[in-house]
Amino acid sequence: MNQPKRILVACGTAIATSTVVAKAIEEGLAARGIPVVTRQCKAAEVPALAKEFDLVVTTTPVPSDLGVPVIQTLAFLTGIGKDQVLDQIAEILRKGK
Amino acid sequence: MGDALLSPQWVLVRLEAASAEEVIRQLAAPLVAAGRVRPSFVDAVLERERTNPTGLPLSGALHVAIPHTEVEHVCAPALAVATLARPVAFRSMVRPEETVSVSIVILLALTEPHAQIEMLMSLAELFQDPDRVRAVYEACSAEELIQRLNAVLERRRP
Repeated sequence: MNQPKRILVACGTAIATSTVVAKAIEEGLAARGIPVVTRQCKAAEVPALAKEFDLVVTTTPVPSDLGVPVIQTLAFLTGIGKDQVLDQIAEILRKGK
Repeated sequence: MGDALLSPQWVLVRLEAASAEEVIRQLAAPLVAAGRVRPSFVDAVLERERTNPTGLPLSGALHVAIPHTEVEHVCAPALAVATLARPVAFRSMVRPEETVSVSIVILLALTEPHAQIEMLMSLAELFQDPDRVRAVYEACSAEELIQRLNAVLERRRP
């Protein structure tokens, strides 16, 4: 049984940017056969929430010592390097427990 | 069409502005006047831009910024858009210590992001296509810009 992986998606206000990023991650990973659930939050909330997730994807800077892999990227907004980032996310999630 | 996201009242073509703050104030003023956002919206957007800037470096020559803030400052959703006569420096979302030379500013007044997700996804698709970004930038009038942006926004609409 494959439990869906949990991804925390962070941006400045958890309004516009993380909405787009979360949807793009869900679509991109579904296309790679990896079911995920996402939760959006503000960057400031990441340290308190990160431990419950397999991965943090953020558009704005967050602390790096969270004990969880962190990917900081604008790829889901700008398209620059989007496939590479999706591959990187898939790789991290496949390696994870 | 009184509730359309875009209106010539808040689409400013070839805006002359010296700073990001000036662009945001000029774009927010007609939204306040039309009752789309509360007067508190302007300062909230400026504050958010200080702590979490929204400059997006794109793959083409033209870059954008998408200032926005918490939903409680918004009465009804709207997109206020400016094309800038000369690029203005916004700080970068991904590296706030760096600036991005921005030519198009889309001020987002959102009430319920999940209801507006198709519009937001369409905007992201626009940003990923330098030719369409340029077409929006080169619009000669507010009406033409709205037409070009609506063509983008309606692509994903179910």
